[in-house]
Amino acid sequence: MSDEKQFTIESYLEYIRNRKLMGSKCKDCGVTYVPVRKLCSECNSTKMEWVEMSGKGELAAFTSITVGTPYFVERGYDRKNPYCFSVIKLDEGPMISAQLVGVEESKPETIEIGTPLKVTFLESEVKGETKVDLGFEPA
Amino acid sequence: MGKLARKIALVGAGMSKFGRNFPEKRNPDMWIDAWLDAVEKTDNGIEPKDIDACYVGNYSSDLFNHQGHLGPQMADLVGLTPKPAARFEGACASSGIAMRQAILAIASGVHDVVAVCGCECMTEQPTVNVTDVLATASDSIFEYPAGATFPGLYATVASAHFKKYGTTAEDLMRVGIKNHENGAENPYAQMQQSIKKLMDSKIAKYTSQGRDLPDWEDEFDFLKSSSNPVIAYPLRLFDCSLITDGAACLFLAAEDVAKDFTDTPIWVAGTGQGSAALSIHDRKEITSFVATREASRQAYEMAGVGPKDIQIAEVHDCFTIAEILAMEDLGFYEKGKAIDAVKTGESKLDGALPINTSGGLKSKGHPVGATGAAQAVEIFKQMRGIAERNRQVKFDVERAMTHNLGGSGASCVVTIWEK
Ligand SMILES: CC(C)(COP(=O)(O)OP(=O)(O)OC[C@H]1O[C@@H](n2cnc3c(N)ncnc32)[C@H](O)[C@@H]1OP(=O)(O)O)[C@@H](O)C(=O)NCCC(=O)NCCS
Ligand SMILES: [Zn+2]
Repeated sequence: MSDEKQFTIESYLEYIRNRKLMGSKCKDCGVTYVPVRKLCSECNSTKMEWVEMSGKGELAAFTSITVGTPYFVERGYDRKNPYCFSVIKLDEGPMISAQLVGVEESKPETIEIGTPLKVTFLESEVKGETKVDLGFEPA
Repeated sequence: MGKLARKIALVGAGMSKFGRNFPEKRNPDMWIDAWLDAVEKTDNGIEPKDIDACYVGNYSSDLFNHQGHLGPQMADLVGLTPKPAARFEGACASSGIAMRQAILAIASGVHDVVAVCGCECMTEQPTVNVTDVLATASDSIFEYPAGATFPGLYATVASAHFKKYGTTAEDLMRVGIKNHENGAENPYAQMQQSIKKLMDSKIAKYTSQGRDLPDWEDEFDFLKSSSNPVIAYPLRLFDCSLITDGAACLFLAAEDVAKDFTDTPIWVAGTGQGSAALSIHDRKEITSFVATREASRQAYEMAGVGPKDIQIAEVHDCFTIAEILAMEDLGFYEKGKAIDAVKTGESKLDGALPINTSGGLKSKGHPVGATGAAQAVEIFKQMRGIAERNRQVKFDVERAMTHNLGGSGASCVVTIWEK
């Protein structure tokens, strides 16, 4: 992958499909965006560069969902088998949403905000296609 | 901050019965019910010829009912065509936004009187579809694939609030108990039952079925039991607003003509609107909504008043945690302190600052696009002393607030009303 990739949502998602968590960093003010942005909403600059995230962060907030969206229900999640939606604060600063795995989803009281996490890429088959979604798990 | 170029009053307000109305009533049917109710509550009457435009607030008739373009559809049903008619969308803040646009259009001098419609017909879809349609008000590229549902997003906010301020599930339960108590007194509400009453009727049902009886001592026992299942931890069923069909209607008029319709207009003292990143992860804070803070800052400034001057408020309790956040972000209480006020009963009907006397979204129901306008209906009644049953507050309300939130806090409209 070359660094000429445009700063679009599709480029970001393509990186995810290739198991890379990438952001854009503003060359003028230094703010990092994950998901990627072409325009810096802090300083209005368009001078961006791609930066790869370490994939490390900590759990900022979460929930364990028993009544899920069709995308998750189709993949077998339900009241007896809940899944965790979470917000992760990356070491590089930005926050991102992802499914939290490797935890006891049906015992959410055991999950703690502040837990160190690392990135993982979640594969699933949807209508014969392999999908890769962003996930995080305890580090 | 600008002022409104002329004074504007709410001269009539009404709503349809809220509930699971489909298929007996769809959006057009409920809008006519709301219109007739509002006409009846306009002292000197009001007719289509008095009205210059029709502004419709609706979130997603497209996905709920396969119907777009509601502006002219609703205008025609009440005899307002060929006047200007349009729909406004801002998730659950849709009719708050339509109302604010009507206020700005009247202030501009272009229109003198605008009819505001808020409507949503949700129960045409099963819950899993409703959940999916509601989820489109969050970020569909980054939050949705991670599994976000609306209860899930507010549960996420709750988890951070619990951690930061020591808020507990019981604190949230108190909000639901209070709102159900108020809703029991509202003949327009979807669930007109206190939680205590609901428990009694469940026990009566179990008795008649010869089943084992639960040993609930009080509401908290019931709310912690399997009868109140977790939807998105830490939120349970009774922390969630309802899936509802309903409509509301407001008549807003310029000062010059308001007296034609009533001798007791309710004035718009201040209006404000704020926004935030669509995704929670793109915001600087999780436990406070900047859109609420900004909308209320504008409204207070325009009205020349502060949080202490508000006597009653209808706030956007789409989830119990949202009522707590609103109490803090509107400046009524310091961050982390709203739960104490809930505990001591300050927000109850007979408390120092009654909140959601209508029963709120929790008990009255939450037809998302109708909610903002329906909040104004309750304030209209409370300020005129005509709230039904035992719901009327015991003091004369001079100043009140409505707070209408969209999505997981990305849109907000705050309005301050004065007599
Ligand atoms: C929580 C929720 C998923 C429950 O839906 P559901 O599981 O389909 O519930 P059902 O319609 O099957 O109803 C089951 C029972 O629960 C009751 N019920 C449903 N929702 C309820 C609620 N929010 N609070 C209390 N009771 C509720 C029903 O009255 C019914 O009672 P009954 O068995 O005595 O007749 C749904 O109410 C919901 O999604 N609420 C949130 C709506 C929302 O997100 N709005 C937008 C906010 S921004
Ligand atoms: Zn910058």
